[in-house]
Amino acid sequence: MNSDKITKYVLFTASLLILLVSAGMVFSLIQGSIPAFHHFGWKFIISSKWDPTQGREQFGALAFITGTLFTSILALIIALPMAFSTTLIVAEFFRNSRIATVVSTLVDLLAGIPSIIYGLWGFYTLRPFIVSIGLSPQGYGIFTSGLILAIMIIPYATSLSNSIILMVPNELKEAAYSLGATRLEVIWNVILPSARSGMTASYILAFGRALGETMAVTMLIGNANIVPTGLFSTGNTMASVIANEFGEASGLHLSSLIAIGLLLFVMTAIINATGKFIIKRFA
Amino acid sequence: MKINDNNMTSDSPILSIEDLSIAYDHDKYAVKNVTASVQKNAITAIMGPSGCGKTTLLRAVNRMHELYPNIETQGKINLYGENIYEMPTIRLRRKIGMVFQRPNPFPTMSIYENVIAGYKLNGIHLKRSERDEIVETTLRDVTLWDEVKSALHKKGTFLSGGQQQRLCVARALAFKPDIILLDEPTSALDPVSTAKIEDLLVELKKHYTILMVTHNMSQAARISDNSMFMFLGELIEYEDTKTMFTNPKDSRTEGYLTGKFG
Amino acid sequence: MDKTIFQKGKTIISPSRFGVRNFQNRLFFLVVLIFALITISMVFLIIGTLVMKGFRQINWSFFTQVPPDTFDAMMAKTSGHLIPGGILNGITGTLFLVGMASIIAIPFGIIIGIYLYENGSKRYANMIRDIADVLQGVPSIVVGLIVYLWVVVDITDGYSALAGGVALAIMMLPLIIRSTEESMKMVPVTLKEAAIALGTPYYKVILRVLIPSSFSGLMTGVLIAVSRVLGETAPLLLTTLGNPAVNWNLVKPVSAVPLLIWQFYNDPNMVDLIWSSSLFLMGFVLLLNILSKWIAARHSIQ
Repeated sequence: MNSDKITKYVLFTASLLILLVSAGMVFSLIQGSIPAFHHFGWKFIISSKWDPTQGREQFGALAFITGTLFTSILALIIALPMAFSTTLIVAEFFRNSRIATVVSTLVDLLAGIPSIIYGLWGFYTLRPFIVSIGLSPQGYGIFTSGLILAIMIIPYATSLSNSIILMVPNELKEAAYSLGATRLEVIWNVILPSARSGMTASYILAFGRALGETMAVTMLIGNANIVPTGLFSTGNTMASVIANEFGEASGLHLSSLIAIGLLLFVMTAIINATGKFIIKRFA
Repeated sequence: MKINDNNMTSDSPILSIEDLSIAYDHDKYAVKNVTASVQKNAITAIMGPSGCGKTTLLRAVNRMHELYPNIETQGKINLYGENIYEMPTIRLRRKIGMVFQRPNPFPTMSIYENVIAGYKLNGIHLKRSERDEIVETTLRDVTLWDEVKSALHKKGTFLSGGQQQRLCVARALAFKPDIILLDEPTSALDPVSTAKIEDLLVELKKHYTILMVTHNMSQAARISDNSMFMFLGELIEYEDTKTMFTNPKDSRTEGYLTGKFG
Repeated sequence: MDKTIFQKGKTIISPSRFGVRNFQNRLFFLVVLIFALITISMVFLIIGTLVMKGFRQINWSFFTQVPPDTFDAMMAKTSGHLIPGGILNGITGTLFLVGMASIIAIPFGIIIGIYLYENGSKRYANMIRDIADVLQGVPSIVVGLIVYLWVVVDITDGYSALAGGVALAIMMLPLIIRSTEESMKMVPVTLKEAAIALGTPYYKVILRVLIPSSFSGLMTGVLIAVSRVLGETAPLLLTTLGNPAVNWNLVKPVSAVPLLIWQFYNDPNMVDLIWSSSLFLMGFVLLLNILSKWIAARHSIQ
């Protein structure tokens, strides 16, 4: 056999690893969650009861699904203007200047901070601050978690949006300026419409990132296995309940946690796929 | 630089350029000490080999260079006697329209919206009837109306290159500017579209003053009334086209026109 | 040509519109500037906190000793001394885990990246690429969950370093695949074709031309992947859990710097140690980031 064919086979076989890992993931998650779904049926997804006491176990994912969604949506709302402004600074107002380089380096730094450090900072600095301005007695809850999540996803949203905005052709901007438009008008009427789908995709992807975040949220959300009742109520997310209760879980409890993991996997996969799809088709 | 007044019809200069110099990165001069008056309601062509500064000169007239911080401009440009550097750019750019080398209609706007883009961008709200009228008149003026009147609300990207460029001319006419600047407007077009644009310009000059950079000598010879020849940033010669082509004063002009360099 | 009538009536625009528009323009810029400044200040706030609070606790024993037990820590705190001990087990554990993950992920990642590069936009390759993208987006806790089921339960019957390494490897893999493919694309095709035209066997073209030419890009990708998993805590919670001592045994639990930070956080006596550990972790991540940017910059002049 000639060596080129061997090389090609080796390359191909390596690629199978990806298939193996991903299929294996899905399979194991499904396998592990069957007991939970078997026991509770589809009600598992909409039930908010969560009681691990032996003998009368009740598990339902609703509290965590809502917790995840609330915190992530809040994070997106807060992050959007910040990320958008930073993108405009780097890719438009100070484009190609040293300021842009400095800003994007700093934003990259923000992206590199490990999640647990965000959690620590949130716990020891942000939380007391929130308490001190009277927003919440203890500082735990959806709001604080959403806030820290927002800071964590800003760099992600920014770097994606940067490339999108930089791609708007110069000539379009010049044409708009030559018609006497101000910078704001050029941004609003020309740059944004051209970049609209790419920007949307980058925020969708940032949202996907927020969904799966574990450590920082665990430390700030209050770990109450309830459906959150308000902006400052405590709660729990899918990721953090898994992290918290995993150590001592077994049997149905464990299976329920795995089921939550499966749901989380599916959610993030769909969101990420949507974002990537939009980029491919429209940007 | 030489201004030969004898053969130009005497109308007051609508645009006068006084000792204009433009430098990139502090010391690379693209335009050196250019002084010229542009004749009203005429087509003035700016010619010269690549890199001679003709586009740089053109873009100074509507202060496009201010979008780029590494470009410095010295000297004066007066529009009807008023220094353009003392006007707000928004006002200046209403009086001067620009057409670019490659057709660039706004891809997210329909043909209709492209024509009145000037108004939209400036936040000027017009009544529906006013808008319709401006769109129709302008598109007729650029002889595009019959070709697009049934597709006004489609995006302009399906049009051919020549049609797109005429659309861009229409867009530039939005405010009935005094001057229209064109930067090699037909270099990306086929000969048929080029001819149409040239005919259009000849019609337009009756009501507008046209300043056009062209890489195509025969185009200048065909349609321009006056011509500037630039070389290495300097304005070498400037007179009515006929004289320049038949009896150039400077050897460099002659060299360019006879194809010795290009 | 049609003779049409040119309208010369100009639209009358009141000058005050200019003022409003200029004002809006400036206001917008101001708002954007403020938001961007807020964003940037976060970096300084967070890292600044680490530096200020963690600086004191960093000394020689920080790197050479394991953490004290909680009683000793309490004694030290109440008597006002610095907490004795350090994070040696965490440092060695992180090195062990990341090293293991790299040994697994780098070869596979590069080979798969080359496969994708060579097969460009064929259907199967596209599918693999898309799946790798999905893999990259899987939350780290879910990865931990999976590896728990695969390794902790089925292979090592208990928390182990192997599980942790595998989890980190799964997280590094998609990153390395993508950066390999991108780096290879930047190698001029003519180089590859020249080698092929000389009759070089395919595997040699890869080893002697493609990989060396894209080396800096590959390096950068690896460094970025490593810096990403250095700080991961969640998957490790479910796979290796931690170990009070230094451990090099694959099938036994091992500690890691982020895990230690988590432990310290949960123990009121050890809380002071979190800042120095975080500072150390952050410093390491930063170092790798700077290194990868430096490498990227050096070789982009080609």
